[in-house]
Amino acid sequence: MALAFQRVDVPVIVDESKCLEKCTACIEVCPLDVLAKNPETGKAYMKYDECWFCLPCEKECPTNAITVQIPFLLR
Amino acid sequence: MEINTRWLKTDVLVIGGGTAGTMAGIKAKQANPDGDVLILEKANIRRSGAIAMGMDGVNTAVIPGHSTPEQYVREVTIANDGIVNQKAVLQTGKLGYETIQELESWGVKFQKDEQGDYDLKQVHRVGKYVLPMPEGKDLKPILTRQVKRHKVNVTNRVMATRVIVRDGRAIGAIGFDVRTGDFVVIQAKAVILCTGACGRLGLPASGYLYGTYENPTNAGDGYSMAYHAGAELSNLECYQINPLIKDYNGPACAYVASPFGAHTVNAEGHRFISCDYWSGQMMLEVWKELNSGKGPIQLKMTHLDEDTIAEIESILWANERPSRERFHAGRGENYRTHGIEMNVSEIGLCSGHSASGVWVNEQAETTVPGLYAAGDMASVPHNYMIGAFVYGRLAGENAVTYSRDIEHLQPDPDFLEAEKQRIFAPLTRPNGIPHTQVEYKLRRFVNDYLQPPKVDHKMEIGLNSFVNYQATLEQMGARDPHELMRCMEVHFIRDCAEMAARSSLYRRESRWGLYHYRVDYPEKNDQEWFCHTHLKKDESQTMTLFKRSVEPYIIPVDLNKEIYDVAVR
Repeated sequence: MALAFQRVDVPVIVDESKCLEKCTACIEVCPLDVLAKNPETGKAYMKYDECWFCLPCEKECPTNAITVQIPFLLR
Repeated sequence: MEINTRWLKTDVLVIGGGTAGTMAGIKAKQANPDGDVLILEKANIRRSGAIAMGMDGVNTAVIPGHSTPEQYVREVTIANDGIVNQKAVLQTGKLGYETIQELESWGVKFQKDEQGDYDLKQVHRVGKYVLPMPEGKDLKPILTRQVKRHKVNVTNRVMATRVIVRDGRAIGAIGFDVRTGDFVVIQAKAVILCTGACGRLGLPASGYLYGTYENPTNAGDGYSMAYHAGAELSNLECYQINPLIKDYNGPACAYVASPFGAHTVNAEGHRFISCDYWSGQMMLEVWKELNSGKGPIQLKMTHLDEDTIAEIESILWANERPSRERFHAGRGENYRTHGIEMNVSEIGLCSGHSASGVWVNEQAETTVPGLYAAGDMASVPHNYMIGAFVYGRLAGENAVTYSRDIEHLQPDPDFLEAEKQRIFAPLTRPNGIPHTQVEYKLRRFVNDYLQPPKVDHKMEIGLNSFVNYQATLEQMGARDPHELMRCMEVHFIRDCAEMAARSSLYRRESRWGLYHYRVDYPEKNDQEWFCHTHLKKDESQTMTLFKRSVEPYIIPVDLNKEIYDVAVR
C-alpha cells in the first residue's frame, strides 16, 4: 500500500478572530460532521472536504465567523 | 483494538431524525406519553436530513375546498404510469391537511392569499397541491422543539448499520458512535426506518462526491438495512433523476418560479414541456431536448418584472438550498438577464420524488413485523414532505399499538459479534484504500452502467462490477470513527447499486419515462409488466426478484385514456 497526502481547497472558511474558543455551535449543527476544533488554537476549522454547502454552520454561528463558499469543483 | 459497547433500550426506535423521523417520534409520544421513544440520528436532529435548511413549499397539500384526496390519488396514479398502491397514496391525500394544521400550531407559516385562505399553486399537471412556505427555512428547529416538548429521547451522532431481527420480527438495531467509535446496541420493541433517499448513488457531473441533490448523508442507509433485515423493496428500477441547476445540483426552482410565470425552455428560449412537475416522462423530454442540439435547457425568468423576480429571489435564497444565491453570484448570473442553465442529475433512489423504496402498506408497515418505514425511503410514490410527515405519523402511531403487547428479545450474540467485526474492520487497516477513492470509482461505475437510457449489456457489466466490488470494500481503510462512517456508507451505496442494477434488468419493458427507459425493451408492456418489481434477501442470502400485483384501484383511472404526456409539439 502506498499513500500520498495532498492539499485540497475546502468550502468553509472560519474567521479565527471571531471564533469563540468555548463555542461549538457550528460543529454541533453540521449534518456531515466535517467541522472540528483545532485543539491547539481552540478555533473551528473544516476537517473533511465533504460539504453539502447547506449553510446551517454559517447561520448558527453567533459571531458570524463562518463563511461557506461554493465548493471549488462546482463554483 | 479496544471497542467500548453501549447498550440502549427503548420501546419504539426511530432511525433517522429528519422530516419523517421527528414526526414519528412526536406521534409515538402523543399516542402513548408513558412509552419510551428514541430517535437515533447520525448527525444532529436540529439540522439533519433533506430539510436541513427547510423547504420553500409543500408539494402534496390536499386542502379541502381546493382539491379532494381522490383527485390527488388520480393525479399521482397517472403521473406514475399506474403502478401505485392507491390505498397508500390516499393516506397522504387524506391526512396531509391535519399535518399542515398541526405544523401551523407549531409555528410553521404557510402562504395565505388576501382572503386568508391557503395560497395553493398549480405545478402538477391537473390540480393545485403546491403551497408555498416563504419562511420555511427553520422547519428542523421547529420540529426539534416539538421533539423535546414531547419528551422524545434523542441520541445524536450514532449511525445505525443493521436492524436486528429475531423470531421473524424487528427487535432493535446495531450501530456506532461516529465521534467516539463506541459500538452501540439498541433493543426495541418496534423499529421505524426514516433514513431518507439513496442520494449518493450516481456520481454528480461535477465529480464532487457531496455535490448531490439529496443531503449526501442520505446514502441509502435504510434501503440497505431493510434489505438485510429481510424486508421487501419495491420498484428500485424507477430511479430518481431530477432537472437541476447544472453543477450546483439543486432545484432552479420551477416549483417556486413557474407559478410566477417562469418557464423551462431550451437554448432558443422555446418551451418544450407543458408541465414542470417532476416525472420520468418530463425528464425524458428534457433528455431528448438536451440531445437534440437545442440545448442546454434553462429556467427562464428574464421576461418577469422586477418585483416578481425580487420575490422569487427572497424565497429561493432563504430556504432549502440558500447557497444558490452565492452560486449564481459567483457565476455572474442574474435572473433578470440570465436563464438558469439546467442539467439532468445523477441517478438516485427516492420515493419522495419518484417511486423507489422499501415496500410499505398504508399503515407504514414493511413486510417484516415490527419494522416500519417512512419518508423518502418508503415506497409511496411522489410523497414529498407532506407524505413523509403523514407516514412518519402512521409509523409512530402503529409502532406504539404494536409494541404494547410485545416484549423485548435478546439479540443473538453471534450476530452482534459478526456485525461488530464488519463495522470496525476498516480501522484495523488505517492505510487501506481511502473511502474517497473507493466511493468515487463505485459511483462512477453507477453512471457508466446504470444511467438511462439503460442498455442491457452495460447493466450486466455494471452488475458484475458491483458484485465484485465487495472485495474492494474489504481493502478500504479508516483512520478514525468519522472515516468509518464514510466506509459504512460506501457499503450501503454498493448494496443500492446492486439492487438498482438487478431491478432494472428484471423489468423487461420501459416505463416512467427516463427513470426506466430500457433501450432493449423500449415500449411499455402492460400485459406482462403492469406490476411492482419486488426485491428481497432470500434464505440463501442472495437478492431475489419477483412481481407483486398492483392492488385493485379504489379510485377509478382509465390509463388508456389518461396518458401522461407533457411534450410541447
